[in-house]
Amino acid sequence: MTTTGRYVPLVLERRDDETTPASGGAAPDAATAPAVFDLDGLEVHYGEYRAVRDVDLRIAEHQITAFIGPSGCGKTTVLRCLNRMNDLIPGCRVGGSIRYHGVDLMGEDVDPVEVRRRIGMVFQKPNPFPKSIYDNVAFGPKIGGVRDRGTLDGIVEDALRKAALWEEVKDRLRKSALSLSGGQQQRLCIARTIAVQPEVVLMDEPCSALDPIATARIEDLMQQLKADYTIVIVTHNMQQAARVSDRTAFFTAEVSTAGDTRTGVLVEFDATDKIFSNPGDERTENYVTGRFG
Amino acid sequence: MSRPSAAMTAEPGIAILASQLTATRRGKDLAASLWMWGALLVAIVPLGAIVLYLIQLGAGVISLEFVTSSIPISPREKGPGMGPAVAGTLLLTGLASALAIPLGVLAAVYLNEYGKRGRLATVVRFLADVMTGVPSIVMGLFIYSVWVLHFGLSGFAGALALACLMLPIVIRSTEEMLRLVPDELRQASLALGNTTWRTVVTVVLPAALPGIVSGAMLAVARAAGETAPVLFCVGIVSDVNWNAFSGSNTTLSAQIFANAQSPFVGAQDRAWGAAFTLVVLVFLLTVGARFVSARFTRKRGGL
Repeated sequence: MTTTGRYVPLVLERRDDETTPASGGAAPDAATAPAVFDLDGLEVHYGEYRAVRDVDLRIAEHQITAFIGPSGCGKTTVLRCLNRMNDLIPGCRVGGSIRYHGVDLMGEDVDPVEVRRRIGMVFQKPNPFPKSIYDNVAFGPKIGGVRDRGTLDGIVEDALRKAALWEEVKDRLRKSALSLSGGQQQRLCIARTIAVQPEVVLMDEPCSALDPIATARIEDLMQQLKADYTIVIVTHNMQQAARVSDRTAFFTAEVSTAGDTRTGVLVEFDATDKIFSNPGDERTENYVTGRFG
Repeated sequence: MSRPSAAMTAEPGIAILASQLTATRRGKDLAASLWMWGALLVAIVPLGAIVLYLIQLGAGVISLEFVTSSIPISPREKGPGMGPAVAGTLLLTGLASALAIPLGVLAAVYLNEYGKRGRLATVVRFLADVMTGVPSIVMGLFIYSVWVLHFGLSGFAGALALACLMLPIVIRSTEEMLRLVPDELRQASLALGNTTWRTVVTVVLPAALPGIVSGAMLAVARAAGETAPVLFCVGIVSDVNWNAFSGSNTTLSAQIFANAQSPFVGAQDRAWGAAFTLVVLVFLLTVGARFVSARFTRKRGGL
C-alpha cells in the first residue's frame, strides 16, 4: 500500500491542483519535499495563560520531524494543534495559522473529526481500548464504515504487520489488548492508528513509558513507516531525536520578567545533524550538550 | 512511637524479630483486630437474621401455586396465593425501568461527556442529588396530584412514581461509572477520527457497562421494594391485571403491607411468602443482569 494518490484535500471546494508527491525510495530532502504543515505565528492560550507563541515551522512530507526541549516548553501543545486535539480542552485558543497541504486547518469549514481521521496520533501512555487485539485495530476502519469481514481481516493483518506486531499476536487476536506488555500495547496503538490509513502520524513521547528494547523496536518501526507516512514526534530523549529524525525543532520556555509565567518558543529548526553538531543558537547548544534542561 | 530502643541500635539483626515488639503495640494490635471483627459481626448478624427469618417463615409458604394463583378475597382464608402481586411487581418494575434507565443513562452521558462543569450540568447534578433524598411517599404524592387525579389509579401511575425514584439513582451511579473511564480512551477514539457521540457509544459506555448495570440494579431493587407510592397511585386488587394503563394493580410490597397488618394467620403467612418471593425476585434479577453484563463484557471488552 503506497500513499500515492491518497491525498484528498480537507476542503473539497478549495482544492488547489497540488501534485501528489511521489512516494517510495529515500526521503526527499527538506528543501524539495512538499510541505505537509506550514505553521505561521502559531500561538496557543489556555484561558489567560499563553502557553506558546510565535512558532513558525514547515514540516515536510515523508520525513520524521522531532520536537525536543525541556518540560513545559510547549512541544506537546504544538503537536496537539496539528490534529486539533486542543479543541477538546476547554479554554484553549489557537492563534496564528496552520496550513495543512495549503488548507487552513483551523478554518470554519474544516471538520475536526475529518482532520483527526487523516492525522493520527500515538499517545505517551499506551492506551489500547479494553477490547480484543483485533477489535482495537479494526476500530478505526469500522467507524469509517468498513463492514466486510474479509476486508477488515486484511486491514487488521496489514496494520499489525506494519507495526511489527503480527508475528507476536496472530494466534491470539481475540485476546484482550490489555494482556499485552507495555511495548506491545504501544505497537498495537501504532497499528490502530495506521489502520485508518492516515496521512500523518503524530507521536507524543511514544517511548517514554517503555524499556530500551521496546523503544528500539518502535524506533525501527518509525524508520519503516517513514516511507508511507509523515511523522512528527515529541521526545524528551535527545538521543532518540538524533537517532530517528530528519529534522529537529528545539523549543524552550521563556520565563516572564516577573518570573511567574512560562511561554514556549521555537528556538531553532533545522536538519537534525546540524542541531546536534553545529546548532545556530547558543540555547540549543546548551541543551543538546546537557548544560541546561 | 519514636523511642529508639537500645537493642535496635546495637543489634540490628535482633531488632526485626517479632519478639521485640513492645507490649503496647501488641495490645493496640489486638484491640484493633477485636474492634474490626466485632464490627463485622455486628453488621452481619442482622443481615443473616433477616435472611434466616425470611426463609424460616416464608419458604414454607412458597409453591408454584402461590406465585401464580389469585389472592383470596377473605384474609381469613388460608393457603395461596400471590400471583397478581408477582405479576404487578414485574409489570410495574419493568415499566419503571424502561422509563428510568435509558433516561438516566442518557442524562449521565450528558453530565459527564457534554455538560461537564458547565452551568446546566451543575444545576442538573444538584437537582439529581436533591431528588435522591426525596422520600418515596412525597414522590407518590406528586404523581398522585399530576396523574392519578386526572387519569385515575393505574399500574402506569405507579410505574411513573417508581421511575421518578429510580431516575436520580441511575443518573448518579452511571455518572460515577463514566467518570472512571480513563480520558486516554476517549482521546484515542477521537484521534482516530471518531465523533464524540460515537466515542460514547463505542468506547465509553461499553467500558463502563458493568458498573452501569450494578447501579441500575440497585435502582431496580429499590423500586421493586417501594410501597408507599404504589399504595396510593396503584390501589390494590386481588386478580391479575396485565393492563398497566387501566384499573388498579398490586405489587408484592403493597401486599406485604396489607397482609402483615391482618390479625389472621392465613394473611400473615401470605405476607411472609410475598416477602420471601420479593427478595428472591430481586436476587434473581441482580444475578441475571450481572451474568448478561459479564457475557457482554467478555465479548466486547470492559474495564
